[in-house]
Amino acid sequence: MDKQVTLTIDGKLISVPEGTFVADAARMADIDIPVFCHHPKLEPVGMCRMCLVEIGRPIRDRATGQFVLENGQPKIQFLPKLETACTNRVEDGMVVHTQSESAKAGQKSTIEFLLTSHPLDCPVCDKGGECPLQNLTMAHGAGKSRFLYDEKLHLEKRKPLGELIYLDQERCIQCGRCVRFQDEIAGDPVIGFDERGRSMQIMTSSEPGFDSVFSGNTTDICPVGALTTADFRFGARPWELEEFPSICSQCPVGCNITINTRREAAADGSMVIKRIMPRQNETVNEIWICDKGRFAYHYTESKGRLTRPAIRKDGKLSRASWDSAIKLAAENFAEAGKNFVVLASGRLANEDLFNLKSLADHLKGDAVLYSEIGGGELTSAIGISPDTNLGEVGPGTTLVVIASDLYQEAPIWYLRLKQAVRRGATLIVANPRQTRLDDHASYVIRYAYGDEVKTVHSLDKKNKIGEAFTRSENVIIFYGSEGLGVEGSAALASACAKLLNEYGFAGKPNNGLVGVWQRANDQGAWEMGYRVEADLPRFLRGKVVYLVGVDPAGDDPRLAKALENAKFLAVQDILESATSELADVILPAQAHTEREGTFTSGERRVQRYYPALPVLGETRPDFAITAQIARQAGFIQEGTSVSAAFDILSETIPSYAELSYSKLAEVQPQWPVVGRGDLYYGGTTYENKHGLGAHLTTTASRGENVHILRVHRESAPRPQENELLAVPVTRLYDRGTTVLPAKVLKNRIGKATISMHPDIAERLNVKNGGLVKISFDGHSGEALVQIDKTIPAGVVTVPRSMGLAIHEPVPAKVK
Amino acid sequence: MSLVDPVIELGRGLWRTLSSMFERTVTYQYPEHKRTVRPRFRGRHVLKRYDNGLEKCIGCSLCAAACPSDAIFVEASENTDEHRFSPGERYASTYEINMLRCIFCGYCEDACPTEAIVLGDNYEMSYYTRKDAIYTKDMLIEPVSSVNQTTPQKTPTGVFTRSVPEMKDAKD
Ligand code: SF4
Ligand code: SF4
Ligand code: SF4
Ligand code: SF4
Ligand code: FES
Repeated sequence: MDKQVTLTIDGKLISVPEGTFVADAARMADIDIPVFCHHPKLEPVGMCRMCLVEIGRPIRDRATGQFVLENGQPKIQFLPKLETACTNRVEDGMVVHTQSESAKAGQKSTIEFLLTSHPLDCPVCDKGGECPLQNLTMAHGAGKSRFLYDEKLHLEKRKPLGELIYLDQERCIQCGRCVRFQDEIAGDPVIGFDERGRSMQIMTSSEPGFDSVFSGNTTDICPVGALTTADFRFGARPWELEEFPSICSQCPVGCNITINTRREAAADGSMVIKRIMPRQNETVNEIWICDKGRFAYHYTESKGRLTRPAIRKDGKLSRASWDSAIKLAAENFAEAGKNFVVLASGRLANEDLFNLKSLADHLKGDAVLYSEIGGGELTSAIGISPDTNLGEVGPGTTLVVIASDLYQEAPIWYLRLKQAVRRGATLIVANPRQTRLDDHASYVIRYAYGDEVKTVHSLDKKNKIGEAFTRSENVIIFYGSEGLGVEGSAALASACAKLLNEYGFAGKPNNGLVGVWQRANDQGAWEMGYRVEADLPRFLRGKVVYLVGVDPAGDDPRLAKALENAKFLAVQDILESATSELADVILPAQAHTEREGTFTSGERRVQRYYPALPVLGETRPDFAITAQIARQAGFIQEGTSVSAAFDILSETIPSYAELSYSKLAEVQPQWPVVGRGDLYYGGTTYENKHGLGAHLTTTASRGENVHILRVHRESAPRPQENELLAVPVTRLYDRGTTVLPAKVLKNRIGKATISMHPDIAERLNVKNGGLVKISFDGHSGEALVQIDKTIPAGVVTVPRSMGLAIHEPVPAKVK
Repeated sequence: MSLVDPVIELGRGLWRTLSSMFERTVTYQYPEHKRTVRPRFRGRHVLKRYDNGLEKCIGCSLCAAACPSDAIFVEASENTDEHRFSPGERYASTYEINMLRCIFCGYCEDACPTEAIVLGDNYEMSYYTRKDAIYTKDMLIEPVSSVNQTTPQKTPTGVFTRSVPEMKDAKD
């Protein structure tokens, strides 16, 4: 444990870890020192002068280093002036007065001074009601100002910093929290201060403006209403919003979020989501979320929601009752036997996936996860174990990221790895092209697309990198699917797993293999024993397919064709899609915002989410629909209580053993304290009152034998003379069905953009931003060109889910 | 009870009838004649406008927050100079009062930072359905006296930048 320091604040004797700032120490002792610019997650700057207090230090004898005593007590010396509690670290014997005449006068004057140019905006300000400036003015302000109202500065009230974030220059109190967040935490220094003194203002230096996937967080920590999001601006007053705890469904990080809802006239008086806010979980997302999680929630309220069951009659889909739809599906599934396939997505809850898998097992069919990343069963064997916390790893831990651009694929992991490096962890980034994480890496490895496995094998070579790897106490490897398909990523996973196992980096906290999956709950599917299929089009032909939460027909014309040739299609989803058009029976499901369930994050943490919106139309939760089908097929599954379904799951799947809904709902005190009514540190992150979730065990951590198959892989295809090797890469903002309905993200999503080396661009005679036609595998499409000199020659990167159906490296022609 | 008592009571009753025939009438022939209300009467609300026709309401929802019977529902949207309803950035795009819930306490009037909502002198409210009891913004907003006062208006840039005007303390 850290060394403790004892000091007195307002007569209260307290002990806090060495290095704590006085303002934080006071918070720990429930004493209020008002702060604006100070935030425990950021470096102190002392910019706002709100936290003025009297600080006295014991005088030491220079010769002996002992305290000088006076009447048997150490003699305390106070500086003649007030000091800032947020920049002074605690010292033994320190005496702090926060309530003395002069301290109170100092705080009062700072408020008065801050308000000299603050507009009278509270009634129209989005922060009004959760605003530290409002609160501190009420608590410490003078009530009357001696400054003249007419002399207030009048500045721009609607300055877009980008199309997502707006600045109200009048409301800004120049605390620098937003700038410091972008510099220190996000590592995207795209906003800064312009001018000085009274003219000092926030400006953006990037193109497009405020180009950071973490920009929304600045609106949370801004202690005033200066920064607002385009999505929420004037959307509601904070006190009118209802709050529901949930988990972000957009990527495998599993950020804890709070969904704020309100009635809306435009929606005929029903409840709608007004905003998504971070919810504190220091082991997962701390107090941050990325902009995709914040803004891409509109899909659940999209017009294209499936709301009632339908059956194909005479070639046309027509409305049907639940009973008849379930009966039809069950009959076809039962008849199919070995030809029955569940094709499920990682957007589903654990309980859904569990019921689907056991239905497939019972009918002797197959359960396939719709994903382009293989090797997930290895994360279940030697994935990261209980008590892992990326927020605490530091010296002695080596983090390896291979074939993944975390900034784009799992932004909060990027942020956590970056912070781990700051604390002293070693980071090795291996990727064929430059990624954002390179800037923070201790070692960067560049390999050619196709050499992933070779690169892993060289991680324990006798060189600096090898030493960093082998000498480390703990190693976590994050593997992804940059430039890889199902087979390539499975081979990569097995190489990583072998290496980790060999060196004993498995089965203990802060060690193991993490997959950077494409969807929120792919991990859950792996734990339950799903597999992925490399050649889906061929596999699906002639099958009876139960498609749950997937849209293969929309993703790839080849898959659409395969589905047309399938025997029977039951589509269970929330949205209309190209796949639902082909269905023989449609089973409308509830979105995750409308029901309860659990997700398993890529870090193998199971977390609960709760219903935020009322049920739409006739929709039912996925696990219930599956259970009803199972019952028709003569097999009993839990279909009413989701927590009971989870109990059965935890009894069946070893890694979930002993977990239950009540265990997942447990909370512990977290530091910093945020989101309470007192708004001490300000910020609109919500407090976590509904559960921090729990970690799964691994085969290795349970002490069982781990068996890792070596996966052989055919080498990458060789492009011919006039061809390039097209490799898939993943982008944060893609044209996926869950992202596209978010209108605010329209510009960020943009058009499909392929990247290539300048030499290749020159050879093809295209300019940066030029339009080309790319064709591969009998498929072609248009794309914009981005020139990037870090891309190996002979290669063109093609984004997934942007209208170009790429799943694995293929030779391509670009014109 | 003596025998004369009923006679006396009968006489008193008849006298009351007779004398009231010569009193001033207090009955109003409603609806032909309507009673003028007291200065501080609190009747149906009106959403006020400024002289130029811009709406005083800025959609801040403070009236809804103050309302003890949760009768008010406000939704705000953003003004632009091309499409301006009220001074400043924010206006009420939806404003509804459920008159069946309203207890005419006037707290909304107190809470309003722009003196936009005022309880007027209209007491003639009756409905056949519950839905009719919800008064929308169109019904509540003060009528305009000339066409160029209607909202939204096109306004010059940089003029109507303040949502909350400076106000004197209320005298009344
Ligand atoms: S930032 Fe706070 S004090 Fe300033 S106008 Fe907004 S609510 Fe009021
Ligand atoms: S915009 Fe907000 S966070 Fe940024 S400096 Fe101004 S007040 Fe601080
Ligand atoms: S990092 Fe992932 S889980 Fe977290 S908010 Fe972003 S998309 Fe959601
Ligand atoms: S009537 Fe007044 S208090 Fe109510 S929303 Fe409008 S401005 Fe705000
Ligand atoms: S100077 Fe201490 S909180 Fe700002």
